[in-house]
Amino acid sequence: MTIKDPIDVEVIRKDFPLLSRTVNERPIVYLDSASSSLQPRQVLSAMDHYYETTHANVHRGVYATAERATELYEGARSKVGRFIGAPEPKREIVFTKNATEALNLVANSWGRANLRRDDVVVLTEMEHHANLVPWLMLAESVGLELRYLPIDGDGRLDLADLDRLLDGAKVVAITAMSNVLGTINPVPTIAGAAHRAGAVVVVDGAQSVPHLVTDVTALGADFLAFSAHKMEGPTGIGVLWGRAKLLEGMPPFLGGGGMILNVSLEGFRPAEPPWRFEAGTPPIAEAVGLAAAVDYLTGVGMEHIVAHERLLTTYAIEALHDRLGPDCTIFGPPPGGDRGGVLSLAYRDVHAHDLAQVLDQFGVCVRPGHHCAKPLMRRLGVTATARASIGLYNDEHDIDTLIEGLNHVGTVFG
Amino acid sequence: MPDLEDLYREIILDHYRSPRNRGELPVPPAHRVEGFNPLCGDEVVLSLDVTDGQLRDIKIAGSGCSISQSSGSLMSAAVKGKSIEEVRELVRVFKTMMTVHEATLGDDRTTGVEDASGDPEPIDVAQMGELAALQGVVKFPVRIKCATLSWNALVQGLDELASA
Repeated sequence: MTIKDPIDVEVIRKDFPLLSRTVNERPIVYLDSASSSLQPRQVLSAMDHYYETTHANVHRGVYATAERATELYEGARSKVGRFIGAPEPKREIVFTKNATEALNLVANSWGRANLRRDDVVVLTEMEHHANLVPWLMLAESVGLELRYLPIDGDGRLDLADLDRLLDGAKVVAITAMSNVLGTINPVPTIAGAAHRAGAVVVVDGAQSVPHLVTDVTALGADFLAFSAHKMEGPTGIGVLWGRAKLLEGMPPFLGGGGMILNVSLEGFRPAEPPWRFEAGTPPIAEAVGLAAAVDYLTGVGMEHIVAHERLLTTYAIEALHDRLGPDCTIFGPPPGGDRGGVLSLAYRDVHAHDLAQVLDQFGVCVRPGHHCAKPLMRRLGVTATARASIGLYNDEHDIDTLIEGLNHVGTVFG
Repeated sequence: MPDLEDLYREIILDHYRSPRNRGELPVPPAHRVEGFNPLCGDEVVLSLDVTDGQLRDIKIAGSGCSISQSSGSLMSAAVKGKSIEEVRELVRVFKTMMTVHEATLGDDRTTGVEDASGDPEPIDVAQMGELAALQGVVKFPVRIKCATLSWNALVQGLDELASA
């Protein structure tokens, strides 16, 4: 039985101006959405429209345009909150620069206020540096014990020792979906166990929020971090969602305008969350763009995006196996419900840089390198992979061109 | 559009498949120096045996792409046995070859790298032997860092030895 793709990709592709470009005289085949997605016209024109008609600084002016800009900015906050099922969208969404800054905010603000020497923080072997280095930095200054949930041979988390690893933990910080392996982690299970152990659960949603239906309550998260530019929005804005009660107890992260209630030469009183964590002029146009991206994704339907990307991921894995055989290795789990559209590839013993170089001749955009996950690379026994990642605008032709390019690698490298 | 053949010359693929001077030397007496490309994770480890102002022996370990590995292999073959002055002169000439000039690129790439004095002295590529095979790399500016990885490590090693 063939499952029908709920998305008409031909129609979707017309919304993305960059997809009509050519690279090396070939139509672009964009397979790097895990790094950064493309933006639909709707997002670009929302930002243009904002700059052309409504731009003013937020939370400051009393004139009509400034008031309208503030409405748009705060409206984006509520919209993003509803998109991830936040219980209190207006109070729980903090706009940051990106997911990395959101995770640094948690480690520095919540972490410094609540963690002491020898406290235990549990991470996984598959974390992106964004959810690893902030904790390593905090461990250096506070003296934490870091523990790691291991991965198994298929690139899934091995939860056999979960309860022992969680014993005494204050924080469990995990990715919901690996940016290297495509593994969709069982966050609700881990969060449940973490809460029973008394830990706070921090989820890196940079890969999951753009590609899965997100509900923070179902996830069991206490904090969730993600970036707009991986979900068809602009660069320069990210999101930290945190439970209102936790945010209320946290000290400011960055100091400056907009985050205070009162300031004297002797001291200051911080504003309420979320503004407490948004020092300085925020990314206003970017918030407008992010809201338009949320509208776009909601319009297509996240459940449709999930179905489309799962079909295409399965097609890609099977086609790579069938047409390239043992020459091609795909890291991560086999097709299935816990398999996202991130395909880290090895082809024979050709280095990832060389793969990407040859693929570029075919217009195929993939990312070579360690994908900001060096410990995971070491665990996999490689220094780099070539990563092809799928977005809602990709189709089977993109995968076929990828395979055509990989076949040519064999010709160049003999 | 630059051709892949400009990048993947036969000499380069040969040095990639069969790298010369592979391995490490015992430290001491050899001097060890590492080079990293943080963007892609490529690593090179050089072992340098410098005695009486001469690079008596050089070994290369590490891993990386065809360009970084072949460039290291070609470098080792070119500098082994040379005096330090000759080695430094070769490094200068090589890095000049690896310098991008917008004028020499036929498209809109703007990754131009110029030294402080503006135009570098012209070099005679014909005098560079097998190293000349790497000149196609400048047409792929992203890969210049791959080609210069082991050369930068060599300079660092020589500087460390000079100040020791």
